Amino acid sequence: MNLLSAIGEILVLIGTFFYFLSALGLIRMPDVYNRMQTSTKSATLGSLGVIVGTGLWAVGRGYSPAWIVQTITVATFLLLTNPISAHALIRAAYKRGIPLWHGSVVDKYAEHLAQKENAESEEVSE
Amino acid sequence: MEEASRASKFVYMVIVLFVIWLFLTASLDPQELLIGFVFSVIVAALTHDVATKAGLRNLHPKRVAYAIAYIPYFLWAMIMANLDVAYRVLHPKRPIRPGIVKCRTVLNSDTGKLSLANSITLTPGTITLDVDGDEYFIHWIWVPDEVLNAKDDSEHVERASENITKPFEKFLKVIFG
Repeated sequence: MNLLSAIGEILVLIGTFFYFLSALGLIRMPDVYNRMQTSTKSATLGSLGVIVGTGLWAVGRGYSPAWIVQTITVATFLLLTNPISAHALIRAAYKRGIPLWHGSVVDKYAEHLAQKENAESEEVSE
Repeated sequence: MEEASRASKFVYMVIVLFVIWLFLTASLDPQELLIGFVFSVIVAALTHDVATKAGLRNLHPKRVAYAIAYIPYFLWAMIMANLDVAYRVLHPKRPIRPGIVKCRTVLNSDTGKLSLANSITLTPGTITLDVDGDEYFIHWIWVPDEVLNAKDDSEHVERASENITKPFEKFLKVIFG
């Protein structure tokens, strides 16, 4: 039983380390898109570690095994919903016209949008 | 893919909701099971027509097996990518070369495309910016040379797809069609 709580404690520790990394990435990255890369993702893995770690820890300390089942369920729903919010945020940022960092090397989305606009305006003129 | 019958959709929703209930309550007490079943039937009756298209076909053994195999595969990819991004954050020179690339997918169903977009977003280093038909626009924190030096658009798409979408597609193709 103590092995379980030890594993749980280690998972919580790893999770907080990833929280720290995402906070650091928020400061170090140059533009909104790269900040999202580091902050949203590391935070997901961090939450995963902390939540599942808490479950294992509780079971190791003698609480009911329901803890681990329920924490894994919470983690699953987090995994399913988190990327949707990240996607919505980054798309909103792009549509709002926030420029890419000057070191960015390629932007296929801008080309695609321009193509689409051309096609639409041609349709209108016809 | 044609839509499943209403009965198939209904049974499928009851099963899915009941399994979620089992996990949420984490108890095998007969009272809990009974009330969970009643609620599953009520919710399924209200939502089965909009919540699913394929119905019971989703529970085909091959699909379930691939879905279960996908979980450790995906978690491993996610952890590796997290370490990669951690390296970029901690490195004093901040080695990033971001860009928005275009990928093409072989998946057909909407659910499959959604899960592919979610999987891409969850692996750090890549965020799905937009999906248009079978084209994915992905913000990538480090665009590799082979994609950057592509001669034309189709080569660019091919190289980028090989790196980003291909690893997930072989699983998702079977799970969602």
